Amino acid sequence: MVDLLTHIVAKYNYWLYIILMMIGLYAMIVKNNLVKKLVGMNIFQTSIILFFVSIGYKKGATIPIIENAHGNGHGGKQLLIRAADYINPLPHVLMLTAIVVSVATFGVALALAVKIYQRYQTLEEDEIRMRLTRK
Amino acid sequence: MKFFGFLIVSLCGGLLLYASSEFPDWGDPDSPASRHLSPHYIEESLAETGVPNLVTSVLADYRSFDTMFETAVIFCAGLACLLLLRKYKPETDRYYRHIPTGVILHFKNSRKSLPVGSEFELMDADWVPYDLVIKTVCRILIPFIQLYALYVVAHGDFSPGGGFQGGVIFGSSLILLAISYNLRTAVQRIKERVLGFLCVLGVLIYAGLGVLCMFLGGEFLDYSRLAAILPADPVHVRALGMLGVEIGVGIAVMAVMAAIYVNIASAGRHDEGL
Repeated sequence: MVDLLTHIVAKYNYWLYIILMMIGLYAMIVKNNLVKKLVGMNIFQTSIILFFVSIGYKKGATIPIIENAHGNGHGGKQLLIRAADYINPLPHVLMLTAIVVSVATFGVALALAVKIYQRYQTLEEDEIRMRLTRK
Repeated sequence: MKFFGFLIVSLCGGLLLYASSEFPDWGDPDSPASRHLSPHYIEESLAETGVPNLVTSVLADYRSFDTMFETAVIFCAGLACLLLLRKYKPETDRYYRHIPTGVILHFKNSRKSLPVGSEFELMDADWVPYDLVIKTVCRILIPFIQLYALYVVAHGDFSPGGGFQGGVIFGSSLILLAISYNLRTAVQRIKERVLGFLCVLGVLIYAGLGVLCMFLGGEFLDYSRLAAILPADPVHVRALGMLGVEIGVGIAVMAVMAAIYVNIASAGRHDEGL
């Protein structure tokens, strides 16, 4: 039991993201309303974004912007840059684009939901299925 | 259904939680993610690209193909929203507010229209009160938001920021305009045609810079070739190339955000929305 607790405390970030991800997955599977499903999808995406950003973190490091770089970057004397001083920029780059793309895909999904509502006058999945089979 | 969903979720979650024991500790400097590629980015990027913001240098230089197609994805999303929802038929029911008296006129099934100006204004079918406080505050706020967005784009090489963030901030200022006034005002300020043009322009700036580098004898998106036409040394010119690319991204993101909002809020009619 103590082992499990220390394990959770050491890796609490992963536990939080996994719980968040499962909340999103549960909403996508179980919820009947299409917009609620979309919100579940967004929660899922958010958990993955948080996961990636947390991978890039290093203890005792600062944001990935080189300090005192003005005027020293080219030609002048070389700055001493140690990789341990700056957090990993790669996950930030990947997630930066992923956030904007997720907003864009969410927009398309909402547009589809608007279209579905215009045709069936409902966003509940079972009612849509009922109307589909009746025809 | 609920039970099965819970079963699947708890199975997946249990497996993932079990696997998390193999993951590196939180903030471990020797984790696999920061051992292989990222030391190169951190230590060499300033000398290779001349940009202190590593996120920008990786985004717009090392991984610029990826970013270009992300921009294309966003453009496609905006296009999909437009094609799914846009309706060109205007509504036949119109409501006008006589501004000095506040009297509301309702035109039913009529093609007639009143001249909109200081006397009459078009209003939404849902009753929207004329709110002086919100309008005044937003009128003061919006230019500063836009200025900040331009700063974020222009300073993306040296401080936190870049095209995506700046574009989203600028787009949100347009959305704020649409919410605080009404959708019609926002669409009048930035016409649909202009929005579409800006969407295309952003992606074209990005791809065009890449093609320009090819014409100057380099490879696609090899910014150092721009030194032939820009008065700067080859390392600094990479920073300028990245700035150009970020401006393209910012324009595209701004226009797509506004286009998605306008289309979804009004269900494609562009007359009245939230």
